Amino acid sequence: MSRARKRSKASTGSGGELLPPAEVRRIMENILRLAKSVGAPQTEVHLDETASALTRFANNAVHQNVAEHGVHVSIRTVMDGRTARVTTNRLDEDSLRAAIEASLSLAHSQPVDKGLLALPSKQRYRAVQRFVPATAALTPEDRARAVRKACDLAVRNGQVAAGIFSTSQTQSAVGNSRGLFAGYRDTHTTFSITMQQEAAASWAKANAASVRDIDPQGLAHRASEKARMAAGARELEPGRYVVILEPAAVLDLVGFLFYDFAATALRDKRSCFNERLGKPLFGNQITITDDVYHPLQLGAPFDGEGMPRQRVALVDRGVPRNLVYSRRSAALARTKPTGHGFALPNEYGEAPMNLVFSGGDASLDKMIASTERGLLVTRLWYIREVDPYEKVMTGMTRDGLFLVEKGKVTSAVRNLRFNQSILEMLRNVEMLGPAVRATGEEAFEMVVPAMKVRDFHFSEVTKF
Amino acid sequence: MWDLCSNALETSRLRGATYADVRLMHLRQRDLTTKNGEVGTLAQSESIGIGVRALANGAWGFASTDRMTRDGVAACAAQAVSIAKASALAKRDDVVMAAEEPYIDSWQSPFRKDPFEIPLETQIALLLAADAEMRRIKGVTLTETGMQFRKIESWFASSIGSRIHQRKVITGCGLGATSFQGEEIQKRSYPNSFGGQHTLQGYELVESLDLLRYAPQIAEEAAALHAAAQCPEGTRTLILGGSQLGLQIHESVGHPIELDRVLGQEANFAGTSFLTLDQLNKLRYGSDIVNVVADARLEHGPGLGTFAYDDEGVPAQCTDIIKDGQFCGYLSNRETAHLIGLKRSSGTMRTESWNRLPIIRMTNISLQPGKWNFDDLIADTDDGILMETNRSWSIDDRRYQFQFSTEIGWEIKNGRKTRMLKNPSYSGITTEFWNSCDAICSREHWTLWGTPNCGKGQPMQTMGTGHGASPARFRNVKIGAAFANQ
Repeated sequence: MSRARKRSKASTGSGGELLPPAEVRRIMENILRLAKSVGAPQTEVHLDETASALTRFANNAVHQNVAEHGVHVSIRTVMDGRTARVTTNRLDEDSLRAAIEASLSLAHSQPVDKGLLALPSKQRYRAVQRFVPATAALTPEDRARAVRKACDLAVRNGQVAAGIFSTSQTQSAVGNSRGLFAGYRDTHTTFSITMQQEAAASWAKANAASVRDIDPQGLAHRASEKARMAAGARELEPGRYVVILEPAAVLDLVGFLFYDFAATALRDKRSCFNERLGKPLFGNQITITDDVYHPLQLGAPFDGEGMPRQRVALVDRGVPRNLVYSRRSAALARTKPTGHGFALPNEYGEAPMNLVFSGGDASLDKMIASTERGLLVTRLWYIREVDPYEKVMTGMTRDGLFLVEKGKVTSAVRNLRFNQSILEMLRNVEMLGPAVRATGEEAFEMVVPAMKVRDFHFSEVTKF
Repeated sequence: MWDLCSNALETSRLRGATYADVRLMHLRQRDLTTKNGEVGTLAQSESIGIGVRALANGAWGFASTDRMTRDGVAACAAQAVSIAKASALAKRDDVVMAAEEPYIDSWQSPFRKDPFEIPLETQIALLLAADAEMRRIKGVTLTETGMQFRKIESWFASSIGSRIHQRKVITGCGLGATSFQGEEIQKRSYPNSFGGQHTLQGYELVESLDLLRYAPQIAEEAAALHAAAQCPEGTRTLILGGSQLGLQIHESVGHPIELDRVLGQEANFAGTSFLTLDQLNKLRYGSDIVNVVADARLEHGPGLGTFAYDDEGVPAQCTDIIKDGQFCGYLSNRETAHLIGLKRSSGTMRTESWNRLPIIRMTNISLQPGKWNFDDLIADTDDGILMETNRSWSIDDRRYQFQFSTEIGWEIKNGRKTRMLKNPSYSGITTEFWNSCDAICSREHWTLWGTPNCGKGQPMQTMGTGHGASPARFRNVKIGAAFANQ
C-alpha cells in the first residue's frame, strides 16, 4: 500500500493535516481485503490519527513547544472463539500483512472463549459535527502571541505565569469484515494557566472543540485575580466544613465514579453500585446521564466495536438506575448493548465516557452569599481512591482555597487534605450551579455544575 | 536509520537551528492478562517514528512524525525549527546548554530470555494456572493476572556529533485477588500492586516470581482481611515493606528533586517543589542513616531507570541526592545544570516515545541499604505496625504533605508480628518523615522496584522509574487518618 497521503486543505496549524475520510476508508478496506487473503475468518480494523500541537509556558515565557502527527491501525482477528489485537503505525503492505498474521497467531495461542461474540454487522449512527477548522488552523505563532499577552499580564501584576495552549485534530474509524464502518473527527483546544504570586497561586482552564469558545486572556485575568486573593494564606484546623466546589473540583472528584457504572464492574463485584442499584444513594438533586450527543460533550458516537452510543440515564434523582453495556456484558445480562464497550479484547468491558450531571441555578456568588462559614475550593489535586466501595477519595486542595464567612470570601487558607466519600458528598449537596463543560487534571472532561456541599471532611493541613 | 537522523539534523541546520537532536525510536509491546480464569487482554503493538528537537533564535521547538521517508523527516525537522522561531516570540532568556562530549556507541540491556521468543501458550498457561490457584480460595470474587513485555530500540543523533544506539527489554508481571463481602472490597497483590514488578530484564523475571507459590497466599489474605481488625488511629512506630517504601521514595524524594519542577516549569500541571535552590547542601532531609542516590548505571541493577545514555545523549550517572541525611543533589539536564553550579547535566532527560519531548525524569532513585536483618528489626520493635503493598498514594503539589494506604498491615507487639490489620494508612510531612527513620534493612532485603506508570509533562508522558528499597522503620508517624471519621 502506498504510504503517500493526500491531505485535506482545511487545516495546517495543529501539527499537520488529517487524512481525508475517503483515504481512511480506502486504507481500512485494503486491510480487510488483505486479511481475507491470508485466511482471517473475521477482521476488525481501527484507524486513529492525531495531529496536535502544544505550547507550554512557565516563568512568563514559552519553554516547550511541540507538535506531533501520527496514524496507527489496530487489527483484531476473530477465529473459532478466539481473538487478539495487533497495532502498528507501519502502513506499508508487508507490515500490515505481518500484523494480520501476528494477530492470527496470537489468537490461535489461547483457549477457546465460548462467550466470544461474532463481529457486529453494519450499524446506523447519529451524525455529530465537532471538527472546527478555525481550531485546526491555529499556528504556533497564534499560540505564542496569546501566551505572550498572558505573560505580559503576569509581569504587569507582579506575578509568574505557567500553562499551556494546545490544539489538536483527531480522527478515528472502525470497520469490520461484516460491513460495519464508522468514522469520526474532531478538534480540541485547551488553555490552562497558573498564576503565582510569591507563595500563592491560582489557576484557570478551559477546553472546547472550537478555539472561539475559549478566552485565554479572560482565563489569565481570572487566575491573576484569584492568585492575588490567595496571597497571605492562613492555617485552618482540619475538620468538616461546608465547601463550595467550583466545577473543576467537582469534575475531578465525581470523575472517579465513571467505571462504577460499567456492567462488567458490577459483575466483577468491584463497583460501588453493587447491591445498591435501584436504592436511594444520593440526594434527589443528583441526576446523571451518559450522553455523547450533549452539545457540551465531545467524542465519537460509537464504541470500540463500532456500536452506536446510546444516551443512558444512569442516576435519576439520587437513585442509580441503569448501567452501560458492551455487547458481551449485555449478552450476559440478557439486555441490549448501549454502545459503551472498549476495543476488544479487554478485561474491563465498558464505561460511560460522556457523563452529564444535571445542574441548578445557583451562581457561585449566590452559594457564597448563602454560606455562614465554609471554604471555596478552586481545584483538587492528586486524588486517589482509599475505599472502593464507600468511594472514599483522598487528595489535596490546590491553587486557591478561600475561607467564606458570613456570606463573603474573607481570606485565603492553606491547602488541606481531604478524605471524603463521594457517595456521602452527593448526599450532602445543598446547592447546584448550572452544568458546564468542566476540565481538570484527574478526570476527562464532563458536564458538571459547581456544588455547595455540607460536612466535607478535611483530615490534615499542609505547609502552604 | 542513521541516514534519516542525519537528514533531520541537516535540515534543521539549513533552516537555522543552532543545535538539534533527533530520536528515532521503534517500540514493541505485548500485553497479556487474565481475569476470573479467562484471557482478558491479548494484544501486541509496535510504533516507529522520529522526534526532532531544534534550538533556533535561542528557543526550543519539537516536532515528530511517523512518516519515515526523507521527505517526511525533513518536513518534521523544518517544522521543529519553525516552532522554535515561534517560541522565540515569547522567550525570556536564550537557552544555554551545558557542554557535553559527542558519543558514538551501541548498547543492549542484558537479558537471559527474550520474552517475545517464549511461546505464548506457555505464558498464557502460567497466568491461567496462577489465576486458578487464586480462585480456589473461598471468598475471592475477582482474580487478575498479567504480563507485559516491551522492546525499545532508539537511535539518537545530535548536531554535536553523537550517534547512540540503545536497545532495551522490559518485563512486567503480577497478580491480584479481590474479595467483596458485606460492604467492603479488599484486595491483595503480588509481588506489588498496579501490575506487579517491572524491571529491565527478560522472561527470567517472570520465572523468578514463582507465581504459583504466592497466588493462593495472597488470595487467602484478601479474603481474610474482612475479618481483620481495623488499623488504629494514632501516632505509632511504622515499618514499611520494600515496595511501599519504593513508592514513598518516588513521591517524596524523586519528584521534588526534579530541577524543572524546582524552577517552576511544571507549575501548571505536576506542580513545584519545596526543595528550592537555597535548600541545596543545607536542608536536613532525613536522619543520618538516610542515603539516597539517583543511579541510572547498569551496576545499580536492572531498573526501569537504567540506561547507558539519556535521551539528550548524556551518559548514565550516579548522583548523590541525600548523603547521611543531608540534601545534596537534584536531577538536571543540559539546560538547567548551570543553575545549580554544575558544569554537566546529571543525565536524566527521558522520553516516553518518539513523539514526545525529553524532559527531566527520575532514573533509579534508591534508598541505600542499611544494616538491619528484617527479623531483628521486628524483634527490636515493641509496639508498631508493618504496612505492605500500596493501595493509594497522594501528595501535595509541592511534595510536603503525603498520605499512603496499603493493602495489608500487621501489628507488631513486643518484638513479634501479631494480628492482621485492614485498611492501614499513614500520613505526614516529607522531611519530618525521613528524619524519623531509625532503621533500614540490609542489602539482602533490598529490591529494585519498578514503577511503570509515572505521569508528568504536557502532553502527558508515562515513564518507568526504578526505586531500590529494603524495609525500614520510622518513629512517631501519624497512622489511620484516611479512615478516621468516615
